[in-house]
Amino acid sequence: MALDDRKSDFTFVGTRPNRPDGLDKVTGRAKFGADAYAPGMLHGAILRSPYAHARIVKIDTSMAEAHKDVKGVVTRADFADVPFKPGLEGEFWNVLENVMAGEKALYDGHAVAAVAATSALAARDALKLIEVEYEVLPHVTDVDKAMAPDAPVIREGAADYSVPQGMHPNVVRYHESGHGDVEAGFAEADLVIEDSFVTEATHQGYIEPHACLGMLGNDGKGELWCTTQGHWIAQKTCAALLGIETSQLRVTASEIGGGFGGKTTVFIEPVALALSRKANRPVKIVMSRSEVFRATGPTASASMDVKIGMKKDGTISAAQGVFRLQGGAFPGAPGDMTAMCAFAPYNLTNVKQIGYDVMANRPKQAAYRAPGAPMGAFAVESVIDELCKKLGLDPIEVRLKNAAHEGTKASYGPTYERIGLVETLEAAKAHPHYSAPLKPGQGRGISCGFWFNHGGETSVSLALSEDGSAQLMVGTPDIGGSRASMALMAAEVLGIPYENIRVTVADTATLGYNDVSHGSRVTYASGLATIKAARHAVEQLCARAAASWGIPADAVKWENGCAVPSGPNAGDFDPRPLADITAHMGATGGPISGHFEATPEGAGVSFGTHIVDAEVDPETGKTSITRYTVIQDAGKAIHPTYVEGQYQGGAAQGIGWALNEEYIYGEDGRLQNSIFLDYRIPVASDLPMIDTVIVEVPNPGHPFGVRGVGETGIVPPLAAIANAVSHAAGVRMKQLPMSPPRILAALKDNG
Amino acid sequence: MSKLHVSTTVNGDSVEYLCDPRETLLDCLRDKLNLTGAKEGCGTGDCGACSVTVDGRLVCSCLMLGVEAEGKTIETVEGIADGDVLHPLQKKFIEHAALQCGICTPGILVAAKSLLEKNPNPTEEETRYWLAGNLCRCTGYDKIIRAVMETAEELREAS
Amino acid sequence: MVEVHLWSGLRSLTGGQQVVEVEAKTTGELLRELVRVHPQLQGPIDAGVSVAIDGRVIASGLTEPIPEGSEVYLMQRLRGG
Repeated sequence: MALDDRKSDFTFVGTRPNRPDGLDKVTGRAKFGADAYAPGMLHGAILRSPYAHARIVKIDTSMAEAHKDVKGVVTRADFADVPFKPGLEGEFWNVLENVMAGEKALYDGHAVAAVAATSALAARDALKLIEVEYEVLPHVTDVDKAMAPDAPVIREGAADYSVPQGMHPNVVRYHESGHGDVEAGFAEADLVIEDSFVTEATHQGYIEPHACLGMLGNDGKGELWCTTQGHWIAQKTCAALLGIETSQLRVTASEIGGGFGGKTTVFIEPVALALSRKANRPVKIVMSRSEVFRATGPTASASMDVKIGMKKDGTISAAQGVFRLQGGAFPGAPGDMTAMCAFAPYNLTNVKQIGYDVMANRPKQAAYRAPGAPMGAFAVESVIDELCKKLGLDPIEVRLKNAAHEGTKASYGPTYERIGLVETLEAAKAHPHYSAPLKPGQGRGISCGFWFNHGGETSVSLALSEDGSAQLMVGTPDIGGSRASMALMAAEVLGIPYENIRVTVADTATLGYNDVSHGSRVTYASGLATIKAARHAVEQLCARAAASWGIPADAVKWENGCAVPSGPNAGDFDPRPLADITAHMGATGGPISGHFEATPEGAGVSFGTHIVDAEVDPETGKTSITRYTVIQDAGKAIHPTYVEGQYQGGAAQGIGWALNEEYIYGEDGRLQNSIFLDYRIPVASDLPMIDTVIVEVPNPGHPFGVRGVGETGIVPPLAAIANAVSHAAGVRMKQLPMSPPRILAALKDNG
Repeated sequence: MSKLHVSTTVNGDSVEYLCDPRETLLDCLRDKLNLTGAKEGCGTGDCGACSVTVDGRLVCSCLMLGVEAEGKTIETVEGIADGDVLHPLQKKFIEHAALQCGICTPGILVAAKSLLEKNPNPTEEETRYWLAGNLCRCTGYDKIIRAVMETAEELREAS
Repeated sequence: MVEVHLWSGLRSLTGGQQVVEVEAKTTGELLRELVRVHPQLQGPIDAGVSVAIDGRVIASGLTEPIPEGSEVYLMQRLRGG
């Protein structure tokens, strides 16, 4: 049997059919996290610390427990006191500490106790019956202040091997990389600009709050329904935190109402299970929006210093960056990722980057779309723009001159394989947007962006039915239409219509382990696994046809959905369509299925270039985005409409980050804007249409050339908009968000 | 607290429920009538995921009490399609990929239908401002706005 | 022999060396050998590393072959959103 490994002409891939779950999602039928109910179900609610940093002296739950509507109360003791697996370590311990506070409440909103009661209202009322005695401690929420010698210590001993001696205990990780000699490079430059930049924490802002329904019996067997980007990680983590065996907990992923990285860990799920174990009834917990903001992962906040030297012809002679990221009261802020991504678009002889992971009294940061990359790009691409401006150079020409390409030594070390940055820049240069006239008061900005992308553990199973249709089981929750992409790729291999394939997101009991839907990995990794699972099924289809014809299996090939003899020597037989073979499969060897399990390691890095026009109102300081174009390399767009959707969504989130969104903490360390009214994400009237250009430079690591597209789109907007604002209003904004008061202040300083 | 009896009409059906006076219309639709199409994204009237119409008026059902539904006529996303025939907006949303995760979709469809009933020929700006109370975090609104305006055009041509 | 390029932050653990030569045919062997030659590298490797072979980033796999003469970089473990 001959199967070409690489493919470049397609029948189904690249078309734009309706998504398989479309009907459910436009009729209200689709079941999201909060849409599950169970017989005898209780409602859980969580008591949260009103202090940013406080020792928990005592928790008295007796009054709550005595209430007739309350069926269970849990505190940290209900997690630590597990039958086996005592003493969690590493990230599991961190997650447990975040899920339910131990000795100290570490941020405003940190969970300290939870109740299960007969109704949601009763549960909320019962929280008032729990008495917690706190000893309030000094707190810190700002990254630079958290690194200062006199900063309160969040937790001693949290730093790892990498932190140089003498740093504050709140600095828990240090990264340094680069190559060449930056000092020599700066000496060669005609102009060196060094500046400092600040970005505030923003929230992923998925519209669906965290929600789950859990049941755990005293036999250690449980069921969990939850909204998550990865139900296997939820399974593994909940099992560890509750001291049960992983396989005894079956987790089903609901439809997911947005994640963007924020639903890659657990918050309420172990609490619901712990309450259920106590009450011996199913427990549902749904977070309020305020709980989502206060206690789930926002992105890290950042403080950054960037220095770049440029020659008169636009050549960057040296680049250096220091990136300090604050990730809440736990290790994990992606300072290393910020450092490694910051200069990745450029071919640099001399480059040095340093990243810090710093703890402060804020919620544990979670991944948010290309975690760490947008901040660094904001600082670096702003400085490059300033250099272009001062040297009178075209920003696209300068980026083209320095652009990384195949064979370039990346700023983070290795040599690039085939990449598509130059193609996105060429497309930007040729795009009508770049040469369109601007109105007075408008400015145009551009920026490049980079993200690594990810592969990850993946299992896929495909089963053929007698009538020739196929069921495909994947383990990556569908956040943005991935069922459609999976069905297209399966259709391409099997040669049967897209509509004949039913894609299901399988639960943890029906498929092997799957890594989270993150890292832009779903279309890449689950897609690769789908293709290989379908090819596995095709091998068997060919073998069945070969047996029926009495010829060797390798004398049969698969073409347009049919088994055919591989050449004239193989014999003269009529093609056998898939449905003809499956109709008899029970009697010719049994069911035909295809499987694939692996950790694909060829995700392929991703680049994009954005062009944006902005208009600044000098009286109010309000910035309007008047035109936006996203150009990004998709490798191969499986379903182009959903690729466009990823580009548009990333840009919109970036616009929010650049202009409006920020976590605002008071002097008391409490979050002051924990509802959508005060934490304002872009609404329809804030945005223009967002144009897209899909560049396709195939990824050598995927059979169809796919590169992930989910994350890169949020990397360029912060800088592109800052650059547009600088050209529109003559002020260089070095702090995000560029909210009206900040712009007004900058305009005033500028005279 | 004792519960109150409410009689109302939802998607053309006469329904009754008992509710705590503190429960919202959204709680009642979801928890008592099993109409989970309307979603709670914020509970403060900022996101529009719970949009329904009450006597023809677009409201956030999280801002209205369940008891206030007494004697009213309520329409939710579950009532938009005519039996098994989708509303043109529903068809267009699927065709245009005007949804990614789909959590905001029920509210946006209810709001968009309400717009087109009041203004069959909205400009892009009118459409954007009408839908400004419905947050979508996935799409950047581009495909949503296009889907609504194209539906409006088709409905105008058909009438 | 494989020349393994480390990120510069690791020099303090290898006596200043940024390129370490080890005998390895797979990514797993490579990490084992690195720790044998420089025991202090256990910390970063336990904390999570990726290996880039000729530009292709192996996020976590220990069984990936390392062809003779390939360019090898040790990197911090990649994380996604």
